[in-house]
Amino acid sequence: MTNGWIDIKNTDMAMVIGGNPAENHPCGFKWVMEAKRNRNAKLLVVDPRYTRTAAVSDYFLQIRAGSDIVFLGALINYAIQNNRYAKEYVANYTNAPFIVREDFKLPEDGLYSGFDAAKQSYDKVSWNYEPAGGGHPAPALGPDGKPLPPKMPEVVGYDPTLENPRCVFQLLKKQYSRYTPEMVERITGIKKEDFLKAADMFTSIRKDGDTAKVATIIYAVGLTQHSYGAQMIRTACVLQLVLGNIGRAGGGMNALRGHSNIQGATDMAGIFDILPGYLKVPVPVDKDLKSYLERITPKPSKPKEWDSFNYWSNTPKFAVSLLKAMYGDNAKKENDFCFHYLPKVNRRYSFADIWNDMYKGTVKGLFAIGMNGVMIGPDSRKNIEALKKADWLVVGEIYPDETSEFWRSPGITEEEMKKINTTVFRLPCAGFAEKDGTFVNSARWLVWKNAALPTPGDAKLDQEIVARIFLKVRELYQKEGGKFPEGPLSASWAYSMPQNPSLTEVAKEINGKALADIEDPKTKQQMKAGQQLPSFAWLRDDGTTMAGNWLYCGSWTEAGALSQRRGLEDPSGLGIYPNFAWSWPMNRRVMYNRASCNLDGKPWDPSRKQIWWNEAAQKWVGNDVPDFKPDSHPKDHMGPFIMTNEGVGRIFTPLGLMAEGPFPEHYEPFESPVENPLHPKVSNNPVVKKFTTPLDKFGNTGEGYNIICTTYRLTEHYHYWTKNNPALVQEVPEPFVEIPAELAADKGIKGGDRVRLTTARTDPTTGAGSYVAKAMVTRRIKPMQIDNKLTYQVGVPIHWGYRGIAEDEGKTAKDPANLLSPTSLDPNAHTPEFKGFLVKLEKV
Amino acid sequence: MSQATLHIQKISGHAGAVPGAGMARELKEKQVCKLVDTTTCIGCKACEIACQEWNDLPFATTSFDNTYQTMPDTSWNFWNLIRFQEHTNENGTFMWLMRKDQCMHCAEPGCLEACPADGAIVQYSNGIVDFQTDNCIGCGYCISGCPFNIPKFNPATHKVHKCTLCADRVAENLEPACIKACPTGCLHFGTKEDMVYQANRRADQLKKHYGWANAGVYDPPGVGGTGVIYVLHDATNPELYGGLPKDPHVPWIVKLWKHPLKWIGNIAIVGGVVGTFMHYLRYGPKVVPEDTAKGGE
Repeated sequence: MTNGWIDIKNTDMAMVIGGNPAENHPCGFKWVMEAKRNRNAKLLVVDPRYTRTAAVSDYFLQIRAGSDIVFLGALINYAIQNNRYAKEYVANYTNAPFIVREDFKLPEDGLYSGFDAAKQSYDKVSWNYEPAGGGHPAPALGPDGKPLPPKMPEVVGYDPTLENPRCVFQLLKKQYSRYTPEMVERITGIKKEDFLKAADMFTSIRKDGDTAKVATIIYAVGLTQHSYGAQMIRTACVLQLVLGNIGRAGGGMNALRGHSNIQGATDMAGIFDILPGYLKVPVPVDKDLKSYLERITPKPSKPKEWDSFNYWSNTPKFAVSLLKAMYGDNAKKENDFCFHYLPKVNRRYSFADIWNDMYKGTVKGLFAIGMNGVMIGPDSRKNIEALKKADWLVVGEIYPDETSEFWRSPGITEEEMKKINTTVFRLPCAGFAEKDGTFVNSARWLVWKNAALPTPGDAKLDQEIVARIFLKVRELYQKEGGKFPEGPLSASWAYSMPQNPSLTEVAKEINGKALADIEDPKTKQQMKAGQQLPSFAWLRDDGTTMAGNWLYCGSWTEAGALSQRRGLEDPSGLGIYPNFAWSWPMNRRVMYNRASCNLDGKPWDPSRKQIWWNEAAQKWVGNDVPDFKPDSHPKDHMGPFIMTNEGVGRIFTPLGLMAEGPFPEHYEPFESPVENPLHPKVSNNPVVKKFTTPLDKFGNTGEGYNIICTTYRLTEHYHYWTKNNPALVQEVPEPFVEIPAELAADKGIKGGDRVRLTTARTDPTTGAGSYVAKAMVTRRIKPMQIDNKLTYQVGVPIHWGYRGIAEDEGKTAKDPANLLSPTSLDPNAHTPEFKGFLVKLEKV
Repeated sequence: MSQATLHIQKISGHAGAVPGAGMARELKEKQVCKLVDTTTCIGCKACEIACQEWNDLPFATTSFDNTYQTMPDTSWNFWNLIRFQEHTNENGTFMWLMRKDQCMHCAEPGCLEACPADGAIVQYSNGIVDFQTDNCIGCGYCISGCPFNIPKFNPATHKVHKCTLCADRVAENLEPACIKACPTGCLHFGTKEDMVYQANRRADQLKKHYGWANAGVYDPPGVGGTGVIYVLHDATNPELYGGLPKDPHVPWIVKLWKHPLKWIGNIAIVGGVVGTFMHYLRYGPKVVPEDTAKGGE
């Protein structure tokens, strides 16, 4: 979330798209209701199904799964055409005036300039700004004589009037001029007049030049889980920039996290391509620390008259402090702070890749702790097949789950079971109420919780399991050497209980401390060696500081754990609660909040004052912590988006920041009932990632797969473990398939009948990979006309499998929903396409 | 047992004055009320589980029924049910209505009226209608007395159960468990006066800002008003909300039985006693023939 849960109460207009907060985030959703009750705010809901969020909306649109870019792009078009965009904001806080290279081409035919069909990738050199004065400078050459990767020009050409036909604004206008209300109807299934009503409603906040009102966009994995999901989210971001809603109370682009700590998992780099604090991972070209830091540290790229803070210029301080946290005293200037012990990531190691590699036999074993990989999918059958081939599997769980019992999956025979040689180790873990530590919520708050119960029986805390394995592995390296023992042997493990580190110590280590006496050159304030650092502004790149994650620096200072604070003061009434827990970065509750003020540093809306320029004090002050250079005078025209090279919001993403291109373009889901009406020849994402094993098949309407299927959660259940809870099993006892009444009538299906869904991945002879459940016949999903073709959507909740109360009582095991989903990945975030694939439906 | 800290004002099947009825306990004397704003209910069912957990009710075994509704009706161990109803209104807009169904705590409770068992149903001075299960004789008359179909019979114990409005919590100045669990602020609890004010304000907001011309508050006068009131988008059609009765009354048969018939009965009983006495005065004691008195062997 750029903003936070409570801040939603400040909104005038909320759009929920690709999310279902009433069902999946009911506690946070209260703030939408607060805005409705106290501000007469409106709620627009866009979803393939009429959900419980839709039930309390003011306007609902049923959209075809996977077509959101068209809807959002058409909103951008509508806002520009109808003069309902934030002019001053767009011209000054975004890259709208930046001029783009002449050889850049928009994707009228589905492809941007630079596509290499053979390699299925782009040469992105033309996706760049033009330097002031024009021309295309030739890329610099590296020491080996080869051209270096292209960079953004340091001084960018720009047109503050936004009239230059090659400025980002004009390109944006041109790009989405194709996204007409008629095109919305053809592609999304939303009737033209319904779209126009929604567009009028959402953009009404900028009617007649109004700059005071604010709209928020709330989304979840309904935007993420597509083969172009990152671009879907970007379309919504661009819309919010065009409307001037980012950085403002009641505005923003707000991702709802589906787990209590998924934000923390991301911040702490539970992904292969980043290090903690979103530092980029080293790759093979990074010969040493210097070249690595040079590659990953951005340089400002802006119009000459403007200023850019370019906060990522501090990258070396964050990276060296991380290395000091990882390798302690072993990390020295002479040895590049142990940089060489970090793995150099040479390819994609996403979740789906790991399973694919196991399926192919190159990954031999798996630790699955707090993660039910079979159920998560995609293509659960492939994951089960992969586990059959593994040598070993370690599962840490609180219940027996489908992953640890993959050998009991439905349809498997006794004979087959005997052939499985995978050794499964089950470790009893601790449940959430048995652990202390922090949760980092969607609002970026680190919230400390205490353990409510001791761990039962032999169950161990996660950190004890990980620590014991680490110490054992390190002992083996000590004894036996091995290929590359330096990494594990050099790692710092300075915990008072090495076998079971306390999370207090770990949290303090993540915050970071001074390793030598240091002094702030400006204020002359000093930090003694060993002191917890109060802010990442103290971090150094010379080895005198350490921090496990620079973003969390300030969360556990000499004043103690700020995540444990429970202060209920809210002097501004904006729901900032500055003394409740601690929000990264530096307790800022709304990011980019400089954009909540006009060019002169005065709030757009005096009734929602977040921060402002104090002329007398010559600094930014306010109710929230300014997310800005505190002494940058408004006259300096420093951009509010301090984390970009440009200092401004990116309507156009230059160079390789997005794999598909600088503006989001609609592509069809990898399995789609229609050819892309915008450009049938380039129907799907041209740079989609997919696999080629015999199980990775994709269906089309020609083979009879013509019903769109999407997956989701129910409010009554939580992922795959509440089927072990009798209260919640009572609430919704078994899985179902939601089917439009018209489709059900067509197929002779009544509510409660058993139905089977099959995909191109289903084995036609054994039926493996099909999904059977009862039909829920409903009017909440309506038939749609997609490109003049009658199209149906069905929905499958994900919660059931072959272990749980009902399942264990000897009742029939349930099929995991993700037996159905395909492995087509977003090339940016590597997220599989769970939302919108093709199935066949039949009555059993 | 009755909740001793709350103050009883009516008792079922009880002759004579209500014990302690004249006592005044300021905070617990005011009429309490639950406000259910159906226009902000998201059907999350947190109230269902909170109710069961607070009241120690065993979880039920349910089965798939082509709906998101947990079970078709409330039951002896499930006092709080969200009713889901799909509806298309005149202008073609589809709606998915959700209403929290539970005891309405009527000011004139039909159950209490109908109940013949002394002290099995009480009404506290704050308006809560509470079943005293120890005194329940399992006759089921309360079930026929209720215009909302709320009291439910447990065949295993032969007792009838329903929502207590968490009288035990309210007695300790806590809100009922369902209110505590509600995440969206759809449920409110307070004095009837405050809740009616809040409900009307919300209904006005729905009319003025959200285009619900028929928005209104459900507080049916036929039962003297209720201790649970609803804000509805369309107060002219309460039946849409899972069959909320438009104009509920205590069934005439209960009224007939408990009022005219009862008095006729009472008169008949008194008449019988008086007649017997008069008969005794006139004819003296009955003389039992000797052979019968011996016991007829």
